[in-house]
Amino acid sequence: MTSALIAPADPETAALTTGPLRARSPLLGTAAALLVLLAVVLAFPGLFTTHSPDATDVAAALRPPDGRHWLGTDQLGRDVYTRLVYGTRLSVLIAVGATLIGVGGGALLGLVSACGGRRVDFVLMRAVEVLLGFPELLLALLVVALLGGGTLNVAVALGIAGVPSYARLVRGQARLLLRSEYVEAARVLGVPGWRTVLRHVLPNVGGPLVVLGSIGLGSTIVSGAGLSVLGLGPVPPDADWGAMVADGKDFLQTAWWISVFPGLAVTVVVVTTTLIGRRLQVGAVR
Amino acid sequence: MRASVPALPPWARFAVRRAAAGVAVVWGTVTVTFFAIHLAPGDIVDGLIGPGASATPALRRQIAAEAGLDQPLLVQYGQELRQLASGDLGWSYQLGQPIGRLLSSQVWPTVQLAVAALTTALVLAVLAAVLTAGRGRAVRGAAALTELLAVSMPSFWLGIILLTVFSYNLHVLPAVGADGPAGLVLPTLSLALPLAGLLAQVIRHELETTDGKPFVLTARSRGLGERALLLRHTLRHALLPLTTLAGFILGGLFGGAVLVENIFTRPGLGRILASAVGSRDLPVVTALVVLSSTVFVIVNTLVDVVHPLIDPRLREEGVA
Repeated sequence: MTSALIAPADPETAALTTGPLRARSPLLGTAAALLVLLAVVLAFPGLFTTHSPDATDVAAALRPPDGRHWLGTDQLGRDVYTRLVYGTRLSVLIAVGATLIGVGGGALLGLVSACGGRRVDFVLMRAVEVLLGFPELLLALLVVALLGGGTLNVAVALGIAGVPSYARLVRGQARLLLRSEYVEAARVLGVPGWRTVLRHVLPNVGGPLVVLGSIGLGSTIVSGAGLSVLGLGPVPPDADWGAMVADGKDFLQTAWWISVFPGLAVTVVVVTTTLIGRRLQVGAVR
Repeated sequence: MRASVPALPPWARFAVRRAAAGVAVVWGTVTVTFFAIHLAPGDIVDGLIGPGASATPALRRQIAAEAGLDQPLLVQYGQELRQLASGDLGWSYQLGQPIGRLLSSQVWPTVQLAVAALTTALVLAVLAAVLTAGRGRAVRGAAALTELLAVSMPSFWLGIILLTVFSYNLHVLPAVGADGPAGLVLPTLSLALPLAGLLAQVIRHELETTDGKPFVLTARSRGLGERALLLRHTLRHALLPLTTLAGFILGGLFGGAVLVENIFTRPGLGRILASAVGSRDLPVVTALVVLSSTVFVIVNTLVDVVHPLIDPRLREEGVA
């Protein structure tokens, strides 16, 4: 039953389900451990460093990695490792916030489309198709152009950019569920329509939504970092990983470590969430 | 009108229908963008002159009148549609020049980069897939891991690594802002490697699922060698699904170009878009959105029309 629901429809997702994803692969274990570590760093950055992320020390500017500054210092003498640790929160929260906005908006739009009759469905789904034609980053850029940059706006922009794909998923699922026997039964028993949707349809859409959301999280982190690299993200001195990459961009020739380590952090987190997301997907298909 | 329709061959009728749907999508994009801009909070004149720039009330009124902002919204919408339909992309107040000229002067570097990246990605992906498909678990596992890393690597980070290694340490390739073919190598790789990772996954999957197909069996029983089989039948079959990914690939290339062009300080549409978003130059953003949606639609329509022609299995459902 569930397999039919989230069976990969297009080659992109089909490609995602192939690969070495055995249930107890060491890679998956590492990914899970990294995810836990990430959560701890995010919640308690003070446990991992004694420096302050914004403390400048011009005398120690652009120092390469050594025993004192593990990942070197930037042009203002700030400790790159410390900024990386504190930047985790912004990077992850922007992506998680965006995903929640996308999932919430998508669920709402998808349900309205599925339950709202043919005309509503037609109009909403054509709009979704138009938006799906755009890559996530481009759509987010359009929203940032409207709202301006900054941490919150970037999260909102990425969230809105994610709405179309979640809406399409929810609408498809909901339409299947609305034809199922237990929804029929509820209708026969006289349960009001909105209650059926909330009690029977929405919970059953949840599973695939979580899977798609966790796969999407990785690309959202990359897009968020991308917006920050373009200078549209958090306002200095706050910096997510993307903003740190942007900071170091002009010093690559003399101080590669300022940009390279935050970029590495993005990559590691994306690989981690992708592995976990794919595992969830494979589990759901089975 | 009615009488002329049956005269067309089925694929042409299908093409006409798809083209009409495509025009509708572009129209939808224009509509969504227009209303998003005009209904968003804030004064549009601010978006026209840019943040930080100040204008006297008289100048603001003049700009508003020139942009037609004193008209009712639906009249403005009609004007925008008429303007776009006549190929006029509008005027950038911040840059003080017509947007059409601005974009046409920047489109070539981006096309160059995208074409180079797509070609590189395809070559790498086909090589990787052909060399690893159906091999032992260790080879496939290593390939899958490499592809996962390639796909997950943000193009801007890849660009930074390549710059650091090849330009600043080994001094074998020019750094940022370079012209000419040598300057194209690193940006192309930054854009191509993540795409190659994705394509290699798809192609290998196709190659491996093709193995049991009857046409492979037939070819083998005719005594065709493995290499000829691969080149003439299996690979062609495996590359077919890529056409359906064309829109997705195109989007990835343009999205990636925005970042890569900025990292390498290359001219191009991506640079223009990033700076227009940063300075909230709404006419330029709108023009780029409309332009890219038009390109997406054209490519997707071509794919839908051409796909049944090159894949006989789709002719029944695709065209009828």
